Order: sequence, then C-alpha cells, then structure tokens
Amino acid sequence: MTSPSVLLRVRDLKTYFVTEQGKGTARAVDDVSFDLYPGETLGIVGESGCGKTVTSLSILRLVPEPPGHVLPGSLIEFEGRNLLALSAPELRAVRGNQIAMIFQEPMTSLNPVFTVGDQIAEAAIIHQRLSRKAARARAIEMLRLVGIPDPDERVDHYPHQLSGGMRQRVMIAMALVCHPKVLIADEPTTALDVTIQAQILELLDRLQHELGMAVLLITHDLGVVAGHADRVVVMYAGRVVETAPTDALFERPTHPYTEGLLAAVPRIDAPRARLHAIPGQVPAATAWPPGCRFHPRCPYAWEKCVAQEPPLLETGTPGHTARCWLVTEPERRR
Amino acid sequence: MTLVDVRELVKYYAGERSWFGLGHAKAPVRAVDGVSFAIASGRTLGLVGESGSGKTTVGRTMLRLQEPTSGTVLFEENDVFALDATRLRALRRRMQIVFQDPYSSLNPRMTVEETLREPLEIHGLNGAVSALLDEVGLDAAFAKRYPHELSGGQRQRVGIARALSVEPQFVVCDEPVSALDVSVQAQVLNLLADLQAKRHLTYLFIAHDLAVVRHIADDVAVMYLGKIVERAPAAEIYAQPRHPYTRALLSAVPEPNPHTTKRRIVLAGDIPSPAHPPSGCPFHPRCPHPKKSERCRTEPPPLRPITPDHLAACHFAEEPM
Repeated sequence: MTSPSVLLRVRDLKTYFVTEQGKGTARAVDDVSFDLYPGETLGIVGESGCGKTVTSLSILRLVPEPPGHVLPGSLIEFEGRNLLALSAPELRAVRGNQIAMIFQEPMTSLNPVFTVGDQIAEAAIIHQRLSRKAARARAIEMLRLVGIPDPDERVDHYPHQLSGGMRQRVMIAMALVCHPKVLIADEPTTALDVTIQAQILELLDRLQHELGMAVLLITHDLGVVAGHADRVVVMYAGRVVETAPTDALFERPTHPYTEGLLAAVPRIDAPRARLHAIPGQVPAATAWPPGCRFHPRCPYAWEKCVAQEPPLLETGTPGHTARCWLVTEPERRR
Repeated sequence: MTLVDVRELVKYYAGERSWFGLGHAKAPVRAVDGVSFAIASGRTLGLVGESGSGKTTVGRTMLRLQEPTSGTVLFEENDVFALDATRLRALRRRMQIVFQDPYSSLNPRMTVEETLREPLEIHGLNGAVSALLDEVGLDAAFAKRYPHELSGGQRQRVGIARALSVEPQFVVCDEPVSALDVSVQAQVLNLLADLQAKRHLTYLFIAHDLAVVRHIADDVAVMYLGKIVERAPAAEIYAQPRHPYTRALLSAVPEPNPHTTKRRIVLAGDIPSPAHPPSGCPFHPRCPHPKKSERCRTEPPPLRPITPDHLAACHFAEEPM
C-alpha cells in the first residue's frame, strides 16, 4: 500500500486527570495512537467516558491543567512538529489556523455578546492579518459558503437570533475561515434534530471536498461514521480497541465491543426485534479492570483476557487491527 | 379495547410580553394544535417528531401536568380534564410518566428507596422497594444510594421503577433513552418491552429517533409543528411512508451500513416557529414533493385515510416522490 505522508500522527497519548478528592487518577486517555492522512475522514467512535473527546482536546492542548495533564512520552506530531513541545505563541499559530475544531454544543461555544461576523472574522484578523474590512468581507463569504441565507444581513446577527442548525453552520464558518488542513469535529451534530443533522453532515462533506482538508470526526453514532468516515478508530475505556477501513469494520467487526455496539444500534431497516444489549456498564476511569478492559462485559472472555491485556493485533485485512485475543484464537468466538 | 382516547387536543402557550410583561403580547405558541389518537390497552403508540413539534407537550397535557387549552382526553371513559383534585389524584395512579433526563428528574437529596417509597405513601399503597428494584434489574443494595452515585442507565431504571411503583396501566415514556449511550439504551428498551409484556402496560412512547421507535411501537404517529401529519401501524409507516416529512425523516436517519443504497432526502431550511406556522400545509416551505403546488400554500390538508388504517395529512399522499 502506498502511504502518503502522515498529516497528524498521535503516538502513545496519555491524558490523565487528578480526581477531585485527590484520591485517584482518572486515566481518561491511556496510550492512544493513530494517524490522520491528508484529505481523509477518520472517525473516532465510542460511548461516554471512552476518552474520545479528551483525545481531541489533547491534540490542540485544550485540556485544562490542572486537573488534567498529558504525560511525558506522548507525541502529537503535525507536519513533523510535536505540538506538545511548542511554545504558547507557536501553538497559537497552529490552533485555529492549521488545525481547527468545532464543538458539540453550538450555543455554549459561541460568544453571546459578539456578532457572528465578529467571531468569524477574529481568526482571520489574528492569523491572516486581514484588515477589519477585509475580514468582514471574508466572514460574509464564509457565511455564504456554509449555506446561510442573506449572509450580508446575518453577519451582524447575534448567536441568540439563530436556530441551532444555523449556529452550527456559524461554528463551521469560524473553524474554516483560515482554511485549516485538519478539522476536528467533536460530535458536530449530536445536539441537532435529524433533518438538520443531515444538512450539516452534507455541508461538511461538501466543504471537505472543496477545501481538501482532513477531518477527525468524533462521534458516538455508528450511523454517522458509516456514512462519512474513510477509516474508523473504536475507543473503549481510554484505549483504542479496533481500527479499520470503514467497510471492513462494518463487514467484519472483530473486537467484541465493536460487535456488541453494532448489534445494539436500533436499525430502521430491520423489523421490530429484541435488541442486543451489552451487559453491565463502562467501568470508572479511576479503576479500569485488569487485563482486557472489556473482559467483564465480554461474552467470550476467558482466563487469558483477565490475566493479560492484548495488544492491537493484525486481523489480516490491511489496516484492520483489534485489541483482542480472539484474533489469535478465533475458534473461541461462538 | 381503547384505554386512552385523545380528541382534538390543543395547547397554546400565551405569547411573551415585551417591556417586562407590560407591553403587547406576542403571538401565542401553538405547541399542540388539534391532535387526536387512541391507544388500545396493552399497545404502544410511538409519537415521533423533532424539537418544537409538540410531542412532549402532548404527553404532559394528557396527564394534566399542564392544563390544556381545549380538547378532551378519555382514560377508560373518564374525562381527565373534568376531574376534581381528589379524583385526578386517584387517576394519576393509573397513568404515570418516565422522563427524558434521568439526571434532573430524580431528587438529588433522596435515596433511591425514598424516591420509590414516596409515590406508595401518597397513594396509601404497600409495596416492596426491593421487589421493584429487582424488576427493573437493580440490585437491592441500590436502595440506600443517592442519584449521583448512579450511572445514567441506572438512574433511568430508578425512574422506571418509580413510575411502576403505583402499578399504573398507562405510562408516558418521554424520550426515556435519548440521554443514554447506545449499549445502555438497548438495555433500557428491552426492559421497557419486558415490563410491558409482564404487566400488560400501555405506552405512549415519545421520541425523536425513528429507529428506536421501530423497536418498541405497534403504531406510529409523526408530529410536525403541533399537528399529527401521519399515523399508521409501525410496519406500514416504515415500509411505505406517505407524508413527505415522514419520508424525509426516515431517509435522514444515519444507518450503520456503509453500503446503504438509501436515497437521502435532505430538507432545506429550519423548522418554522410554532408561534408563526406557515399557511396551508405547515410543511410546505420545506416540502420536497414534486407535486407541491399553490394548493399546499393555501389549503391545510386534513389528516385523511390513505388506506383504512393509514392516515396522512398531505394533498399528494398517494403520489410517488
């Protein structure tokens, strides 16, 4: 396989939090590695508490310290530079300029006392040294690009004057104003209604195509991943448990967690039937189980799973790995 | 046998007044605008819609957690809106609700046991908390815990146990799984299905997620801007949706299948404000139907039978899209 140069390389990322009582350490992200290539969409999937959002915040060093800290030995390399080693001004030149981010909740991530035009223009003024007038023209252009009607008028509106879908479009316009190479989209449609979600996802697809950026799509929704990601990283309990090209993941989910998650999704294309539920719940980040972290909920687990955590093992399909001993002992999958 | 019968239910919220409540009132918000349906005993009606469709207001008004503007709700032939306080309290035992957010719907200062004990005391019933916990799949040790010690799924089980403690016949489930993770959501949906079979419960299952509704509902009603735009047996509405809004809603659900051949209908624009619903068919400004005409803009389509038990409020419900 010819591999183009990696744009964003995450290696052995560990982000821990000291808990409130000072009694323990929450190992929110615990040894996460993945690569993002130019122009692709990489989906990071998992449920609450799996570490997917902390991973994305760590990339831009947005994890509040304290209580959080990224451990030494972690590497986040963007175009050959370790973001974790950059000085504050160097980091600012990357953040919002070459790597941008959109958040889940468009109401709380927009400033209520500035117009949307001001907020979109801010990054252009800072990073591209545009004059106020030019930045305003750029803001209007961005509003048009993200499909907001009457951009000349909307540019002077405040966030509360916009609907949820419109606010998310403004967030996208803010993120893309400097034409970043990487867009991190953290649950970009979770707060939106399904018809609006469809609009926003279509918009992201179109913009990615037009601007040629790479997208790190963080979501709990396997449906969103199936329709929009080229490759998928599945996270559980702070670990990557499976990575695969999207087709392979849905055709041959290998980790029992991925398998269980897929079976638990209510399907609109399947008749009414009892859903498959994964028993139990996600363990606490202060006390991950020993061995494979999924073993207490796994239907196949045996002694080895309790004793020893598996590494990410090659499944045989190019680019498909799973952190599960079943890869070496497939006969145990009943 | 019909257990709950809702007829022409209307709920308007008075418009806000400017000038600290002294100025002119804005247009009222027509949250529910003439909704009718019946649920047979032991069945589940899925009530589906997006934010602002009025689905939650329907559920709350039916239980008289909010007073209606007009309309009637019959529960076993009793007119719910005509009851005095004493008889309403007696009836409330038979109709309960499970709320969406298991974080804000439990009192943080009450243990699980106190939460479950309270409705029993109000209604003068004897019941064992441990048996209730067991029924919803929680260990008896949970009785002494406070809500903050529980996960979202466990809290929702407590919410369900609380609703069931007074042995209701009818339960409004208002988005009971939308705050939960997928794997836990499946647990709670299965639990609701088991309890229904065991206790012969009747559900109004309110949700925005059509895929979730598919797994629990016998019949489905779709709401848009305070009105039911389509109603049919579940199998039928999923196989052959008639209203363009239902068709778009079904097509917009992201499927966990990268090879889906589904044609996606992406609706333009936002949901209009229920204070200023569009003229004629409320869906016409966003409607992608090829036959859309002047008639849609002027003449509100009635909810009419397309086949004997499949109703749709569209002038062109018989036409393909």
